[in-house]
Amino acid sequence: MTNAGQPLSGWGRTAPTISQVEQPATADDAEVAVRRAAARGIIARGLGRSYGDAAQNGGGAVARMTAIAAITDLDLVGGVVSAGGGASLDHLMRTLVPLGWFPPVSPGTRQVTLGGAVAADIHGKNHHRDGSFAQHVEAIGLHAPAGHRQATPTDDPEAFWATAGGMGLTGLISSVKLRLVPIETSRIRMDTDRAANLDDAMAMMEEGDGRYRYTVAWIDCLARGANIGRAVLTRGDHATLDEVPEPARRDPLRLRAGTLLKVPPFVPGGLVNPLTMAAFNEAWFRKAPKAERGRLTSIAAFFHPLDAVSNWNRIYGPAGFLQYQVVVPFGAEDTIRSLVAAFSSAGTPSFLAVLKRFGAASPGHLSFPIPGWTLALDMPARLPGLGPLLDRLDEQVAAVGGRVYLAKDSRMRPGMLAAMYPRLDEWRAVQARLDPRGVMQSDLSRRLQLTGR
Amino acid sequence: MNAVVDIETAVVLGGTSDIGLSTARRLVAAGARRVILAGRDPVTLERAAADLRTSGAAVEVVAFDAAATETHADFVDELFARDGDIDLVLLAFGILGDQQRAEEDAGAAIEVLRVNFEGAVSVGVPLMRRLRGQGHGHLVLLSSVAAERPRRGNFVYSASKAGVDSFFQGLADSAEGTGIHVMVVRPGRVRTKMTEGIPEVPFTTDPEIVARDIVAGLRRRAHTVWSPPVMRFVMFGMRHLPRRLFRKVGERG
Repeated sequence: MTNAGQPLSGWGRTAPTISQVEQPATADDAEVAVRRAAARGIIARGLGRSYGDAAQNGGGAVARMTAIAAITDLDLVGGVVSAGGGASLDHLMRTLVPLGWFPPVSPGTRQVTLGGAVAADIHGKNHHRDGSFAQHVEAIGLHAPAGHRQATPTDDPEAFWATAGGMGLTGLISSVKLRLVPIETSRIRMDTDRAANLDDAMAMMEEGDGRYRYTVAWIDCLARGANIGRAVLTRGDHATLDEVPEPARRDPLRLRAGTLLKVPPFVPGGLVNPLTMAAFNEAWFRKAPKAERGRLTSIAAFFHPLDAVSNWNRIYGPAGFLQYQVVVPFGAEDTIRSLVAAFSSAGTPSFLAVLKRFGAASPGHLSFPIPGWTLALDMPARLPGLGPLLDRLDEQVAAVGGRVYLAKDSRMRPGMLAAMYPRLDEWRAVQARLDPRGVMQSDLSRRLQLTGR
Repeated sequence: MNAVVDIETAVVLGGTSDIGLSTARRLVAAGARRVILAGRDPVTLERAAADLRTSGAAVEVVAFDAAATETHADFVDELFARDGDIDLVLLAFGILGDQQRAEEDAGAAIEVLRVNFEGAVSVGVPLMRRLRGQGHGHLVLLSSVAAERPRRGNFVYSASKAGVDSFFQGLADSAEGTGIHVMVVRPGRVRTKMTEGIPEVPFTTDPEIVARDIVAGLRRRAHTVWSPPVMRFVMFGMRHLPRRLFRKVGERG
């Protein structure tokens, strides 16, 4: 284990603090790290893809989990894998896709760890039918300050579901046992549709999402007037063997997923501005086919287009950026319209926003997805007036029973938390049992007063 | 601290200081949600707090006496025992003293040193330790251009500022790599309660301007901030004036 003060920030590169970083190599090391934690506490860190301050702990300890990454068990008949909490989805896919298995949930990047996927209870383009990540997990090895346990949703539902979406505050996760999805090929059969505006996009998604395993819409938040919220819908399924052409059938499970580009280490601020973004979004919209059926694409291109540029978060310059992701229940479509309109009229220089319909919620107390519409978009952190704008939008979202995604948050006011997460007190009670001394801490937990202590 | 608002909680030691309050107002306008004003006189402190509350921040008031150095360790412990991290501590206390009396009576000179120099060092050291313990934060000292070169008319004050300025410059170097940002602010002559009735000199400025320069310095994590910025060059010139000439210039302020 190494131990040194290191500046850490999230993927958005905002609000860095200095933490003592340790790198446990085994589950036993993780157990020791939790027991040794001092007043400023400890938090796990995976690959640092949370946008905000979830995996940093100023003045305290951070356990970098990425060395506990081995695949320890693989059932190729039943489709179940066990691996270290620090194993990445990238590693899993490279191993499992050629064997005909796929992770049950795939977020926008492969560069997340299994432990992080549980702690944020992440979702993917299939949430409307398959739910969130933790709903496919059979067991976790949890090093809570109150003791180590194998938590399963049946034996220990409280600890398990407090950990799913619990932002790492119930303990370090050293192992995850995960159910997989069988695939015949490594291709996705994708349909693309353009929608002229937000209402059309939402209507098309309501009508058609049920026919696909994976669906998502990319919204142009800089378009104005009648074009407001114009969108491109991409929806697809794993292609079956007889759907791929003859040459590809010889090696149907081949996975191609490389890093193609790198952003230079220093990028001046201000590159991402309303002009460059409007031009980008315009080109992107025009490039998309009006309606296309059955195009075959790769897993990497369909799920993780941004992984091709390894450190794309640097294009926002040294001041960093943030992502605002919210969900509102079905029936609150007006709030989504109002959010898109607010970003459009503020001229928020944003790459495309992502719009997606969520299905049923998981039993995780603080799990983000609830049945409804989720909207996510990136923006530079130093945008004038951004703080008050987002504070106002938080109020609108909370008022209709919606919430902000904690794994993306880097700026919310603590007062909003209880309204957005009505099971907060229930979670706090379980968290206090698992962590009686209150050593599980992060900059996020302190900023939002998550544990209430 | 969050992604949009760098300073959410600010502490001002010398909570009734004009520059301290102007800075607090600016930070609140930029999104700070909580301000703690620390000072000696509860009545003026409460008045300042009431004024600041109108801008929408939660303002608390705590007792602090810069000269009572024996109380500083406990004061800092209690400050950091409160809920939530502290993003900024501004040391805005200071006295001008009575130069003439100080030249006759060593006790009066030492009184100035005790507040401006010893007071800042004695509270600065535990503050630095606590900030390091949270892995982030700004520590700002209100120094003076007088720290650069003493004048005949205020050399006791100058000496105290030179000492404390030097100490905090070193503290800033020691903070490298700790996540803590230490900044020394050197205002020129400012129209405040402290300088009321003293004839003005060229480049005399207002607390609002100093506050503006402080907030700009925080943003770029500057080591030294001159206010107004032109004072950097004015004092560069002053420092290199022949002594006899400087004495002539100095007599005017």
